[in-house]
Amino acid sequence: MLKRLNGEDDMTGAEIAIRDADFPVPFVSGLEYNAPARGPWNIVHTGMLIPESHQVFACAQGCLRGVILTAAEMIAMDRMSWISVDQNDLFDGSLERNIVDGTAEIIRKLPKKPRALLLFISCVHLFAGCDFEAILNELRAMFPDIDFIDCYMNPTMRKSGLTPDQLMRRQLYAPFMPCPAEARTVNLIGNDRPTDESSELVQLIRAAGYELRDITLCRDYGEYMRMAKSALEITYLPTAKASGDALEKRLGRKHLYLPLSFDFDEIERNLNALAGALGIAAPDWTAAKKNAVRALEQAKKVIGNTPVEIDYTATPRPVGLAALLAEHGFRVTRVYTDAMIEEERPAFERLRELAPDLLLTATVHTKMRFAGKGVHEHGDVLAIGQKAAYFSGTKHFVNIVSGGGMYGFDGIARLAERMIEAASHEQDTETVIQYKGLGCRSCL
Amino acid sequence: MKQTARIISIHAADTSGVCSMLYELGGMVVVHDASGCNSTYSTHDEPRWYRQDSMIYISALTEADAVLGNDEKLIADVTAAAKDLSPRFIALCGAPVPLLAGTDFPAIAAEIESRTGIPSFGLHTSGMHSYLTGAAEALEAFVSHFCTDGLPRTDAPSANIIGATPLDFSVNGTVESIIGWLDKAGFGLVSCMAMGSSPDDIRRASAAHVNLVVSSCGIAAAELLRKRFGTPWVAGVPVGERFPSVLASALKTAAENGTCALPCANRNASAPGKRIVIPGETVFSGSLAAAIEAESGTPCRVLCPLEAEDRLLAPGDLRIFDEDAAAEAFAGASCVIADPMYAPVCPPDVPFFRLPHEAFSGRCFRKESMNLIDRPLPWRF
Repeated sequence: MLKRLNGEDDMTGAEIAIRDADFPVPFVSGLEYNAPARGPWNIVHTGMLIPESHQVFACAQGCLRGVILTAAEMIAMDRMSWISVDQNDLFDGSLERNIVDGTAEIIRKLPKKPRALLLFISCVHLFAGCDFEAILNELRAMFPDIDFIDCYMNPTMRKSGLTPDQLMRRQLYAPFMPCPAEARTVNLIGNDRPTDESSELVQLIRAAGYELRDITLCRDYGEYMRMAKSALEITYLPTAKASGDALEKRLGRKHLYLPLSFDFDEIERNLNALAGALGIAAPDWTAAKKNAVRALEQAKKVIGNTPVEIDYTATPRPVGLAALLAEHGFRVTRVYTDAMIEEERPAFERLRELAPDLLLTATVHTKMRFAGKGVHEHGDVLAIGQKAAYFSGTKHFVNIVSGGGMYGFDGIARLAERMIEAASHEQDTETVIQYKGLGCRSCL
Repeated sequence: MKQTARIISIHAADTSGVCSMLYELGGMVVVHDASGCNSTYSTHDEPRWYRQDSMIYISALTEADAVLGNDEKLIADVTAAAKDLSPRFIALCGAPVPLLAGTDFPAIAAEIESRTGIPSFGLHTSGMHSYLTGAAEALEAFVSHFCTDGLPRTDAPSANIIGATPLDFSVNGTVESIIGWLDKAGFGLVSCMAMGSSPDDIRRASAAHVNLVVSSCGIAAAELLRKRFGTPWVAGVPVGERFPSVLASALKTAAENGTCALPCANRNASAPGKRIVIPGETVFSGSLAAAIEAESGTPCRVLCPLEAEDRLLAPGDLRIFDEDAAAEAFAGASCVIADPMYAPVCPPDVPFFRLPHEAFSGRCFRKESMNLIDRPLPWRF
């Protein structure tokens, strides 16, 4: 298409060989394209993890549309309501009153009172100086049996502090207040899907005799609130770290950040740190490491020299994953990421040495509008992640977001198995990647 | 309560209307916003997004740029992208934060045009109005810029279709059926604004004898063409079996005597008694109401939850501003024909017929979308 438009087929600015790339931002920011890969969760999906909760969004029509239809597609409109903001509300002093009155009316109309209400305001409220605290205080006085959680849909502020995703994962635990801790209990914080039972992380916790609590496993509000009493907070997604830090500060609990990694030494350090926090001796990880290596070798036999492309929605450390695969003989040709997190720096340097010609490709660059569906002839590709699948045009892809619940040496072995599965079976990429919120119900 | 809903959806916003209307016209559309507008539009409001490329982008506005009034970032980014992509035109529109910041899109568009030499226009969206206002302004701007030459009328009777977007008509063959019906009614197609026709087709719009407005978002462009070239317009969608002949007569009359007509609003819903209630965009819903009345004699009433001129409503039609008003109107209805996302506020004893409208429920019920053009209606009353 680029060629058709201006006679050139030039991806300059949208992709760069890793040997020439700057870290952590290899591309100049500009206008942005939105690729049709809808698996990553948004704040609505995440908020729905609180059992027996209801969401109320107070936003402009354009912002409401996306969140409402997110709820509709996940067949959860009975847990979603809204208050629209119009132009006059911004200037006539009615901003706060409309939210209080609207929320109160919504609650009165609900067939059953929610245990928690997630009240979202948006960028315009913050720009207009909305007194959110006053709104919450009034609503808490009116409905003392409901936990009101202040939530934010403020993407304009995404570079001014926590991103909306980080904020949402932090606010997910806002009702937790200081209370005595229960011995031998541990929380996994900030995940949107359960972590594999087979992972060393879960196995260690179970083996140490600890009860594992995770919002993704909570069946009712009581189970969710019992998480407030857990003695240890663990996070492993970068977007969840702020949640763990906030709980550590507010509840006085220890927070262990054990980042999801594809580096064997780092994985071992993480697991040993966990063992220490659980008060048990660190196991010998040799067998687990061998198992991961064996799985990678098996995958390499099946995948052979087929190019592998990875995107940042599949895992928070796509560069680390690329380095691991390159170290084990895979032909990793491309990583789709617009920027990298600081944690990726060692892997970035390693990958530069291992595969200097590997391309880093932006996903939001304007030229990427015309790079989808494999129009640039990637050949037969194995993709890890939905955006890699879309851009490469392959039908062979590992359909995961945010690490897919895989962790540790076991996570690497499981991912290798998923790669074999992807190589062996075709998927209807166009259909599969357009389902919103991978793992959620869908009416589509 | 006004502006509040417990369970129903909300219509697509003005920014989506702009993008949808201009999607196929070869331009670059930039929504000045952080991120959400483009994601919402491309996920829920644009069924063409995966298979048909179009230069619709977001500016990725940040707090610092908004607070500091850094319009130069927007201008430079648009200029750089335009040099890469060579669009036919550039359209700029904004979301709520630029509204608060007082961003002057026409001025920015003028600056971009001077730097790129590409026709550019700024639109007045805010993310706080419906898709109809955005689509209307976008099409009017396009027509104003590109339909400037008064061409001789075609020898044979001909028409433009004005106001077609997937938000109102999905991508289920409805627009193609309207074109087929026009042909059967004796009118060749000059252009369809803006699905399936090239920008060059639309440039030749002045050659048409009459314009068929199929959504209220087409009225502004049709009025512009009337003022500029004297082309009359007729508002209606040829749904059902009998209403299409009414519409065809109106087109012929308009083409002959130059007067505009609104067959979609040529009804009377003010008499007492229960009626079939149809909420939605007024030209389509009014046409459907007229079609049902013509075929079954069952009285209908259009509920208008969107911006619409008074002349598009028949006596007795109702404007509704919130979920409660819809529920109240449904409670007094003999039956309801509406998007499935209205169903939760329809009393269980009132029959509810599902008619998905993409501008309301997005892609949720796309598989159920119906083509009602020039064929028997699927319901019996």
